[in-house]
Amino acid sequence: MAMSPALKRVTARGGHLGLIGLFTVFSAFPFYWMFITTFKRTSDLMKRSNNPFIYNEPPTLENLRVLFFDTLYVRWLGNTLFVGVLVVFVTLLLAVPAGYALARLTGKWGEHLGIGIFLTYLVPSTLLFIPMSRLIGDLGLQDSLWSLVLVYPSFTIPFCTWLLMGFFKAIPRDLEEAAMLDGYSRFGAFVKVVIPISLAGILTAVIFTLTLVMQEFVYALTFITAARNYTVSVGVPTFLVHGDVYFWGSLMAGCFIASVPVAVLYNFFVDRFIAGFTVGAIK
Amino acid sequence: MAALLDSPRWLGVLMIAPAVLYIVLVVGLPFVLAILYAFSGVTMGSRTIEFVGFKNFISVLETTKFQTSLRNTFVFALIAQVLVMVLGTVLAMALLKDFRGKWLVRLLILLPWVAPISLGTIGWLWILDSTYSVINWTLEALGLIGADGWFMWLGVPYLAMGSVITIHVWRILPLATVILLAGLTSIPHDIHDAAQVDGASFWRHLFQITLPLIRPIMLVAGLFGLVFAFTDMIVIFVLTRGGPYDTTQVLASLAFFTGIQAGDLAEGAAIALFLFPLLLAVAVAFLRVARRAEVT
Repeated sequence: MAMSPALKRVTARGGHLGLIGLFTVFSAFPFYWMFITTFKRTSDLMKRSNNPFIYNEPPTLENLRVLFFDTLYVRWLGNTLFVGVLVVFVTLLLAVPAGYALARLTGKWGEHLGIGIFLTYLVPSTLLFIPMSRLIGDLGLQDSLWSLVLVYPSFTIPFCTWLLMGFFKAIPRDLEEAAMLDGYSRFGAFVKVVIPISLAGILTAVIFTLTLVMQEFVYALTFITAARNYTVSVGVPTFLVHGDVYFWGSLMAGCFIASVPVAVLYNFFVDRFIAGFTVGAIK
Repeated sequence: MAALLDSPRWLGVLMIAPAVLYIVLVVGLPFVLAILYAFSGVTMGSRTIEFVGFKNFISVLETTKFQTSLRNTFVFALIAQVLVMVLGTVLAMALLKDFRGKWLVRLLILLPWVAPISLGTIGWLWILDSTYSVINWTLEALGLIGADGWFMWLGVPYLAMGSVITIHVWRILPLATVILLAGLTSIPHDIHDAAQVDGASFWRHLFQITLPLIRPIMLVAGLFGLVFAFTDMIVIFVLTRGGPYDTTQVLASLAFFTGIQAGDLAEGAAIALFLFPLLLAVAVAFLRVARRAEVT
């Protein structure tokens, strides 16, 4: 039996929404599950016959209390922020001038160098962490947050240089040339004119650097040994999971609090991130 | 000095030199050391580097642990990446249409990629827990399995591999989707309109117009995804630690357990170096895509 056009349209629409719904549930369910679990009593969680989708016992804030007062969670957040701020500083200091140079000053060889710098972003930590761990030991930085401050710019600088290069290319050359006619040197024009109007781009670089620091796992796991020096992405899975008892409530609270706010923030900038990834493949 | 700062050429060199120097020291130097270590007898405690030729590679190649890991790496990366590309294309095409609440859907779909991966994976550790898995509970509530038929998602070889592949797909899918979506959006409308006027069927439209036009960007998404899949160890480290019986052990995680936890730097470096040919291939492919995009 042939479907009428109206019915066909309704089915197509339903199929479209169903498909999107399916993908959305697959993507978001673990975070929803973290949220539900955060407020559940352990006795509720640990009864297999209980319906896990509802609160069989009244919700509780006990898991959050344990997380914030009986574990090193707050300290790990602090450590992450400490490393994040310093890495942002190092990254901007090196990547902003480098991005500008690639956009304006270096011509053809700069283009090749730019692609070369971007490709180092692809060298994975799992290839470098073994010699790194020894170098860090030789420098006396093992088990210190400074080891992370030293190493993390190795992936934030390539990416941010590439990103900022794109931003600087989009600025009209006339602006700098006018400033140079007013008596500024090329470098003076860069500092006084180009940087102030590139704050949106620089802010994007800051957000990406912070999220990359927050996500990094392999180096922190390799260099840091004392629980009090962990960053949040390593502290939660290695320390909170390794106890004899799994405190699922606190564990899920720790995951939720550290992931969702960052994710929401990042979401505002993701289009620029993608533009950075796909330079060259889209016109 | 002032004259130097006024010449664009020298100013360019001065401005880019610190970044290049940093990358050479913090990426280049360890990279060279990684190669040296692989040909040496270095351990966590030793102070000198003594060269042993291909001994590490030979002894590594002989172990069944390595052979299993090498096979697992390919199974894991290739299956995961094929799934990511197929699902990512489907999802990107679905997201191309406008609908109400699209921004919220986009935010939710992006979550797995933007949240710290180790923390997202712990969410799955709880969902797949052997005693309290919500998936098992639901299956039992629906009458599909009995109370004693609960799946050990992470404890049985094939299921464990299926689980880590699924979680990896979960994590990379958002990235592939937004990259492909950017590609789909860049196709001019009149091309689609022309195809419609010519009466092309959905499949013909898809395979002869849409997909060929986004081929360069599919390559980019595919290459990045492959690098992530081949070199990542976080999902596996958090979920299974390579178990049960090394059935989910991959080269990256084996390098970590051998080189860092067991302290055998030389053998760990030799294992990690097997990742290099693949990276080289991806880099070359990426450069070719970039060059072609420049020419056309």
